[in-house]
Amino acid sequence: MSKPAAHGSIRRRLLLSLLAGAAVLAFVVYFVVQTVARQVAQESQDNVLAASAQSILDGARLSGGEVNVDLPYSALSMLDSISDERVFYAIHLEHEFLSGYADLPAPEGDPSGAPAFLSAEFLGEDVRIASVRRRVSTGAGRSYLKVSVAQTLSGQKLVLSRISRISITIGAGFFLISVFMAGIISGSAIRPLDRLTASVSRRGPKDLRPVAAPVPTEMVPLVASLNSFMRRLQQSLLRSEDFIAEAAHRVRTPLAIVRTKAEVIQRVSDDPETRKALKEMIHAIDDSSRTAGQLLDHAMVTFRLDHLVLEEINLLHLVHDTVERLRPTSELKDITMQAFGEQDSVIKGDPILVQNALHNLLDNAVKYSPAGSQIDVVLALNQNEAEVCVKDTGPGFPADELDSLPKRFVRGKNAEAVVGSGLGLTIAKEVITAHGGTLKISNNPGGGACVSLLFPLP
Amino acid sequence: MRFLLIEDNKQLAEAVVDRLILDGHVVDHAPDIQTAHDFTATTSYELILLDVMLPDGDGRTFLAQHRKQEESTPVIVLTARSQVADRVGLLDLGADDYMVKPIDFSELEARCRAVLRRRGGVAQNLLPLGDLRFDSLSGTLKFPDHDVQLRTRELRLFEVFANAPGQVFSKSILVDRLFSYDDDVTENAIEVYVGRLRRHLKNSTVKITTIRGLGYKLEPE
Repeated sequence: MSKPAAHGSIRRRLLLSLLAGAAVLAFVVYFVVQTVARQVAQESQDNVLAASAQSILDGARLSGGEVNVDLPYSALSMLDSISDERVFYAIHLEHEFLSGYADLPAPEGDPSGAPAFLSAEFLGEDVRIASVRRRVSTGAGRSYLKVSVAQTLSGQKLVLSRISRISITIGAGFFLISVFMAGIISGSAIRPLDRLTASVSRRGPKDLRPVAAPVPTEMVPLVASLNSFMRRLQQSLLRSEDFIAEAAHRVRTPLAIVRTKAEVIQRVSDDPETRKALKEMIHAIDDSSRTAGQLLDHAMVTFRLDHLVLEEINLLHLVHDTVERLRPTSELKDITMQAFGEQDSVIKGDPILVQNALHNLLDNAVKYSPAGSQIDVVLALNQNEAEVCVKDTGPGFPADELDSLPKRFVRGKNAEAVVGSGLGLTIAKEVITAHGGTLKISNNPGGGACVSLLFPLP
Repeated sequence: MRFLLIEDNKQLAEAVVDRLILDGHVVDHAPDIQTAHDFTATTSYELILLDVMLPDGDGRTFLAQHRKQEESTPVIVLTARSQVADRVGLLDLGADDYMVKPIDFSELEARCRAVLRRRGGVAQNLLPLGDLRFDSLSGTLKFPDHDVQLRTRELRLFEVFANAPGQVFSKSILVDRLFSYDDDVTENAIEVYVGRLRRHLKNSTVKITTIRGLGYKLEPE
């Protein structure tokens, strides 16, 4: 049986989509945590910077049109307390630089007095600058006083990288948990399918009962069509079997009537001519019934081979059974039949078919052996095969036909030669081939034919 | 021997009964399982011939019931179906043997003999002839001081003579009785087997004599 082509895997697809979702979510988590933390850190620094600038601005006094600025200690110490940052400041009146670092870049302060912020580079370091301003009246008229405070960002960077590490850990942890969950989810989603597969594949080839176990809603249509398919298959199998049996019955019963009546008349008739005619008639009936029988057997063998059920077969028992079955027939010709074989050997196969194959070989041997001769059935075990050899003391096979004989049994080729005695060998050959073995035809050194069935040992 | 034939086809049954009577057997015919049970309840048979397909059931049903009632009468199943298909279960159900129709009666006779021999329990069917007794079941000539085991063809030939002592059988009739329809044998082959029987009967009062131009006959004394 050919394996259906696989296209994708539901489990893998499910797993991949769950993982992709989890990865996106993990990244979002990482990004959100990172952004929020950065904002919080920035805001708190901004607040401190603004407060510091505001307290300097609050400390500025105007006296006689002059601006006096005291740097309150607290204004810069609150910045120091955060970490070992460097702190810069600058005080401007309008655009006139008053004190601090003249080059310190400063955002335009908001006229309403709200603090303004700027990130910039100063003296080779990243800094955050806060500016506040307020209107003042000087001698020169109304103007505004602007205070800028800056702080380096190295400490904040440290904090941020720690936060970043934490958010990576959170994101990764989230992802790992999702992987675990995805594994469990895809497993449990696929389980009913696995169960169905197991329950169907455990069956023998002849078990065509419908699947009765409950399945998830989504699988109901599949199981329903599977069940209806099996029902149809079973019906058609039964029909084939019935047909073969019925055909056999229809053919053989009339033949049996004619043959028996002919035999009765032949027995009671005193006329040699009548007896001779009847004898020829019976001979013809036997011929046709044997052919019909073999054709029907062949149909049945083909049918069983299509649905091969393998069982363990004790080959020695089977050989003895078959020999005993044919012994009365062989005794009619005073043929002695013997079965040899000491070792028990077990092969895998359909016992009825194997027996039928051997029966055909023995039947041929009895048919072609002269009265009073001997037929030996020998079971021998080689390294990896069991050989059942039927040896007779008949005329044997013509030497020039030994090579061509097996070729004649190729099905379909010269069917004319197959009908008749060839079919018995054809059946044997088909059975043994289906069991992975071979049919061997040879002549005994001492005369007579030798036909062997070679079975592979399990 | 007393046979019970269970067969629903009337023509076939009649022919089989006629044929078995020719061999000196007594045959009752049952067309269905019910009648068969009625027969086996009142009469004891040496052998039952059972068709597989019957109007009131499968032959297997009869076989199963027959075995359940611990009836020991041997059963030979006659099947018209595929040999491959019908083997299933027949022997398991307790059939002693089976034959595929059309029946070759020499083969049936051989199979009956084999079954009865295997069962071993049949009352000895010894036919006294002159100074010997003939056991047709085992194929033995029992002399006062020794036994001679006949081979099948010798046995069947001797049976023909022993069942009708004094009757003359022509060679052609003997060929018909002795050889299957398949065998292509000349009448001279009969001389071989008559010769063998004469050797077995060398010191006996039983003689097979040649009637020139007519054939052979058996003389007990």
